[in-house]
Amino acid sequence: MQAIKTQGLTKQYGNITAVDGLDLEIKSGELFSLLGVNGAGKTTTIKMLTCLAHPTDGDAFVGGFSIKSESEGVKGLIGVSPQETAIAPTLTVKENLELMCGIYGFDHYKTASRISALSKQFDLDGVLKRRAGRLSGGWQRRLSIAMALIGEPRILFLDEPTLGLDVLARRELWDVIRSLKGKITIVLTTHYMEEAQALSDRVGIMKDGKLLAVGTAEELMNLSGENDFEAAFISIVRGTKI
Amino acid sequence: MRMMTFAKRCAKEILRDPLNLFFGLGFPLVLLLLLSAIQANIPVELFEISSLAPGIAVFGLSFMTLFSATLVAKDRESALSQRLYTTPLRSSDFILGYMLPLIPIALGQTVICYAAALFLGLDFSVNILWAIVGIIPIAIFNISLGLLCGSLLCVKQVGGICGALLTNISAWLSGIWFDLSLVGGTFKKVAYALPFVHAVELERNMVSGDLIGATEHALPVLIYAFAANVLAVACFLRQMKKQ
Repeated sequence: MQAIKTQGLTKQYGNITAVDGLDLEIKSGELFSLLGVNGAGKTTTIKMLTCLAHPTDGDAFVGGFSIKSESEGVKGLIGVSPQETAIAPTLTVKENLELMCGIYGFDHYKTASRISALSKQFDLDGVLKRRAGRLSGGWQRRLSIAMALIGEPRILFLDEPTLGLDVLARRELWDVIRSLKGKITIVLTTHYMEEAQALSDRVGIMKDGKLLAVGTAEELMNLSGENDFEAAFISIVRGTKI
Repeated sequence: MRMMTFAKRCAKEILRDPLNLFFGLGFPLVLLLLLSAIQANIPVELFEISSLAPGIAVFGLSFMTLFSATLVAKDRESALSQRLYTTPLRSSDFILGYMLPLIPIALGQTVICYAAALFLGLDFSVNILWAIVGIIPIAIFNISLGLLCGSLLCVKQVGGICGALLTNISAWLSGIWFDLSLVGGTFKKVAYALPFVHAVELERNMVSGDLIGATEHALPVLIYAFAANVLAVACFLRQMKKQ
């Protein structure tokens, strides 16, 4: 079953085409990574799929809802963790989670139960009373993802979730993301090769707004004739093997 | 429910900033005490407590513009607003969530200002209660102006325009610190074309129990409050779409 389907999805900003006729299908429960260098169109794609940006042309269906005409339906089933850490810094960790529960209309009992579950899952129990702005980058990113999961989304968008984190924090966050695999559909953007390879079921490689290739890491290596994933990525992006 | 959750968060953001507390509550109180001390030594009719307290109450509200503009601009610049735009929150939830928490804060500030004035010799009467209610239109004007500025400007610009320029305009053109007739001419005409002096006169009339005089000044304040509100909502929706 498809979680996301895009049809000729295009976004132009003036003369610049950020996303150019994207045709893509992502299966339910899959962890799909959009991989590309800066300016490839990954974030713009995520922005359109999460109804933050309106497509110039084409359409996409998220959980069966059109991003153009049924944005309320889309918003009801997605969770988003934007590229920059999206938290309220003066609120405590618990208050940040409560804020999201209130926004999703949860009652007192459901709020308590969601906060308890996510605190356990993301190991946030020890920092619940601390101001979010005073946490380290890694913990803020954990909170940001936990906030994206509060509404029990069917589809989770993670835009560059480990950007700017040190190696240890990145590995810890990978474990968190791995723990979500199979339970919900995850769309992740990254420009780290090893991240895409380590976490993804399938990877889509983007360049200049175009989707160049889609497949598992192994399929992409076979396609490019390279033995390691980074070389395969470079080969595909430079257009030498496809 | 959703709107109230967002409004609660906005209230926490404002009240947890010590600078907001100083400028919102401390600064007007300092002015009230200082000018009352000057009045005790060199009596000036304009600085009599029944005239000064309503002026300070109105002037203090100019900081509401700074509070709301800073909050909206900060949110716009952070990824939090992007996250919230992808949730079921509607544009009306955002607008009311930003504006509503500032009304009780404005009322609280006014109550504290009049309470301090009572200690400084203002006679207690039921008129003070009316004066507190009468602050609402100019509070809405200031809050709307904040929403408008926060939708158009970045945090740095908000600091300069709302923190310095607007507070100065509202101070100079309000007739709190000097009688506008002393300057007269175009200056006075400009002052009376803006809502600040009308808001101060409205409050002064309320405190003195002159309801007819208050009604005369209420109309321009209400018109400005309505216009600022409509403009602020339009600009906020425009920036929301743009973002």
